[in-house]
This record gives sequence, C-alpha cells and structure tokens, in this order.
Amino acid sequence: MITIRKAEQKLAFGKEKGFIEGPVHLGVGQEAIAVGISEILQMTDRVFGAHRSHSHILSLNLDVYKLFAEVLGKVTGFSRGMGGSMHLYDKDSGFFGSTPIVAGTVSIAVGAALAAKMQKNKDIAVAYIGDGAFEEGVVHECLNFSSLHNLPILFVIENNLFASHMNISQRQPNNKISRFSEANEITYKLLDGNNVELIYKESKELVDSMREENRPAVIELVTYRWYGHVDWREDIDVGVERSKEDIENWKKRDPIARLSKAMKEMGIWSSEKNSALEKKINNNIELAWLSALDDKAPEAKLLLNNVYKDSE
Amino acid sequence: MSKKRFNYGTAILDAFEYLLDKYPEVFVIGQGLWSPWYVGNTMTNLDKKYGKNRVIDTPVSESAVTGAGVGASLCGMRPIVVHPRMDFMLYAMDPIVNQAAKWSYMFGGQSNPSVTIRAIINRGGEQGAQHSQALHAWFAHVPGLRVVMPSSVEDARDLFIASVLCDDPVIFIDDRWLYDQEDELTPAKDVVLETEGPKIVKTGKDITIVATGYATFLAKEAINKLEKIGINPEIIDVRVLNPFDYKKIITSVQKTKNLAVIDPGWLSCGFSAEILSRVVENIDPSLLKTTPRRIALPDSPAPTSKILEDEYYPDVDKIIFEIKQLLGEL
Repeated sequence: MITIRKAEQKLAFGKEKGFIEGPVHLGVGQEAIAVGISEILQMTDRVFGAHRSHSHILSLNLDVYKLFAEVLGKVTGFSRGMGGSMHLYDKDSGFFGSTPIVAGTVSIAVGAALAAKMQKNKDIAVAYIGDGAFEEGVVHECLNFSSLHNLPILFVIENNLFASHMNISQRQPNNKISRFSEANEITYKLLDGNNVELIYKESKELVDSMREENRPAVIELVTYRWYGHVDWREDIDVGVERSKEDIENWKKRDPIARLSKAMKEMGIWSSEKNSALEKKINNNIELAWLSALDDKAPEAKLLLNNVYKDSE
Repeated sequence: MSKKRFNYGTAILDAFEYLLDKYPEVFVIGQGLWSPWYVGNTMTNLDKKYGKNRVIDTPVSESAVTGAGVGASLCGMRPIVVHPRMDFMLYAMDPIVNQAAKWSYMFGGQSNPSVTIRAIINRGGEQGAQHSQALHAWFAHVPGLRVVMPSSVEDARDLFIASVLCDDPVIFIDDRWLYDQEDELTPAKDVVLETEGPKIVKTGKDITIVATGYATFLAKEAINKLEKIGINPEIIDVRVLNPFDYKKIITSVQKTKNLAVIDPGWLSCGFSAEILSRVVENIDPSLLKTTPRRIALPDSPAPTSKILEDEYYPDVDKIIFEIKQLLGEL
C-alpha cells in the first residue's frame, strides 16, 4: 500500500511539474481495495480495470518502474509506451487490461469469466467498477448475464462517492451500489473500503466459494479519493459536494495509517520499522522514476504497428 | 474432389459446422440461436449438435454479450457473436469500436481479440427504418477492425471460416437477400483472411464496376443485359472492406478507363466514396474517359411501404440505366 501511495504521489508530482503529458487518474486513499483483493488472486485469474487502475496493476505486479515508464510514454512501460496511464496491461501477473470508457471493460471481464467456465480451470475474472459505472446500462446487463450463466466473476465496486466531479447523492437515489446484486440474485458484501484486513478476509471467503461453485459475487467497498477526478489537484472548487472538510475527515480514515496503528497495537510493527520501510520505498521510487525518465519513447516509424496483429 | 450443392445460407451453416467440429475453442453466442429462424437457414440445429454450452442463446443484451465475446477471445477462445439484425448491434458499439478495435494497439500488440462479430443485413418486406440498415461503412472507418462482406456462396462459407480463424476482431456482414443463391462447393478447409481482398469476379474491358455485398449480386445479374447492348463490364467484388487493398481496382480502371461503384448502403460518406477516392487519388485523371459514378441508397432512412421500398432499393434495371448513362449511351 505504501509503495502504491508513494508511486501515485510521484505521478502527481510528475504531472504538476510537466513531466507527464497525458491525464493521470489517481487513487490515493483507495489503496486498501486492490491490495486486499489481489492478495487472494492467482496469477492465472483475469483482472480488468478502468481509468483509475494504477493500484489494480501495482497490487499484482509492484513494478513501479514499468508504471512510471508507461505513464511517461516510454517503450519500457507496461503497454510498451502505447497506453499511458489509462491503458495498462500485464498479463503475466493476471492484469488483462484497463481502459477508460466508463464500464467498458466490465462486459469484457464477463467474457473472461465465461471462458474460464468453459475451460473448467477454476480461474476467476475480476472487474473493478466505480460507483459511476453503475449508471451505465451495460453493467446491469452484465450482472444479469453472469448470474444467469453462473460465471465466476467478482465485481469489485470501488464506491468512492464521486463520478468525475459529482457526488453520488446527485446521481442516484440511494448510495448503496450493492443493492443491484439483490435484483440479480448475486451474493454480495458491503464493506469499509479502507480496512485492508477486512477486505482480504471477506473477499477470500467469497472467492473461495466462487471457484468451487462457478458463481458471480459482488463486493462493495466504500472509500474516498484524496485527489480530484484527474491529475494532482484536490478539486474542491470544481467538485460538486466535495469540501476540504470531507477530505480531511476521510484522511483520518487513511487505510495505511490504520493498518500501521493496528499492527503497532499488536506489537508486530514500530515507528522505526515504518520509517526504515518508507525510506527504502522512497529510494526505489526515486530510482525507478529517474530510470523511466531516461527511457526512449516509441519510434515514429512504429506509428502504424499493431493496428492489426503483427502488422507493420 | 467431390462437390456438394449449397445455397448462401447453408454455406454459412457448413462453415459453422466445420469450425465447431475442428476447433474446440470456437463457440457461438447471440440472440435467437436456439430458435434459428432468426438467422434463416444458416444455423439450423447447431445447438442440438454442439450443445447449448457452445451455442449460447442470450438475454436481450447486445452490449454485454458482444463485450463478453471480446473478453473470451482474450482468454484463448474464438467466439462468434451473432447479431441477427445489424440495427440492434448499435447497442454494442463500445465493445466493438472502443475496445476490440483498439485493444492490440493500446497495449503495444501484446494482446489480440480474436473475436468474430457476425452482423446480418435483413431488410425489405416492409420492415422499415430500424430493421433495414447496411452500416458496413461505419465499421470500415475504424482502424483495427477487419470488415468482411461476402457476396457469393463460396465466399459466404470460406470468408466466414477465414474471419473466425483470424486473430483480429472481424465484422462479418452477410445479407439475407443473398441467401437463395446456389453453387457447388468442394469440402471446407482453413482459409487465411489476411491474404483475401477484392476479387475480379468477371473480366471485361469497357467499364470497371466495383460492388460490395448484395450490390455485387446485382452487378452480376446485369452482365447479360449489358453485354447484349455491347457493354462488356469488368466486375470487382470488394469482399474485404477493411483493411482495404484497392490495387486491383486501380489496375482495372487503368484498363477500362470508366468506373461505376455500387454499394448497398447510403450514398453520403458511404463506402462507395472510399472506392472512388482511392481511384481518383491513384490514377492519372486524364485517363478517365467519363465521370465516375456511384449507385447507392438515397440519403433517407429505409421506407416501410412496399411501393417506396421499390423506389428506394436499386435493382438491375436501375444499374443498367445508370451505366448506360455514364457511358453516354443514353
């Protein structure tokens, strides 16, 4: 969680200072979700993300250098410099792709689950979905279809209360997204999205039974993003029902600080260990950043490559 | 090799059976598949022969089902998504245009959606504006999609096999008005899509007629009447609209020095415009003896009334009239 946090803070810095050209959607404050979920996944599972997916890919493969390189548009990145922040891919770790059309990869994850069921290999698909994506019709088609066909797919709802600038209270009559599970007869859990231990324990239970029974499941995790919708600003000015006070209150529920505190109370962690860890992570991130900055962008002559398979 | 008689519809059925027999990773998903009158005689009894787990009829959810086809294709499967009417497929534009078409490019070629999306043009019969559209030009506009439109019985089967075996996303468009054609075919075999493209289906010297899908059928129907009045046309069937390999068309126009394009879709921004542009951009303009002409649907939604339908859809006589006029013989 600390590495993901610091990597995203580095990206915020990189964007603010003009090192990064494209948009970066940061998920600082939401790290517990991907970390808790990824801990129970196998390398052969099929994970799909969306526009805010740095934590989703890093929690499967903590290679911050490849993330930095990708966001900077370098050939050494996760998507060979062709994707940037919003199109990430790392199949070897189980990350099958993230793309930024809201709800765009949800049906694709359903297909990955359908394939897993046909292949009888007990793999599952994971679709990360925001609260805003539930306002897209296709998500409801997907819930219906996966329930009807008994597909092994975990819908991970990151309910951070905002779609772009708008609070959920202005978009839906009810802020509990998992209510749609009931209509589709899908098992669900609604949890504190900033408690990594709880997320791990509860989703493990769901996933273990999904693998056995070929059933979908929904897990809704309520959280909050500290930055605005895109880039490094807090977006209080443009956020509809987003206040400095809310952000400060949510920061008190920081998933990293909570875990650290709990571990200290259990006597298995200390401030010294924490400082040493942070120092080490900071060093790694600095090295990865500098190294990625030095890498090459794709050559202009490769512009038309890979429009089709093996095409040049 | 022994030949067997097929019509356009049973040729597609033969392709399905060939693929489902030979390739365990192939499956079929879409609406109406357990009640195959939806798709003419192209899928009769497939669900009974191969099981309802491999031939999947679905809820009325074009977008999710098409996306699921794309997703399964990223995981070692070769799905065929069937849309019995192209009009309803518009609900699935995101998985087709935003996702499948761009998947390879966005991830630097590390992943390819080997999905085939079969769209059927199903018009006439007073079905009206929302049950009649031929939208091939839309898809041919999108880099990353391969767009295939067979007009002959042989192509219906062989290009379908080629589409499914291709590792890129393919939009395969067949037309219900072509289903009654018959032909004798040798047994099905693997076909490579990447080397298929426009094909000269009749050689001639007086004018190059380039046609797509059902329009090719019409052009071929016009051959006898044209020859009777002394016009010997060269007919090229486009077959693969995207990526579009237009070299044969250029060579043909350089020979005949006259060009007519017939398209089963609308005129404005239609695929006929692409063909015309490619020719004009690639030949010496002084070579053309006449002004090139396009024959396509008028720029209006399809009408419902039979009387208006007859006015709306070009027929053989209309094509002959236009070509005679183009060549200055009227």
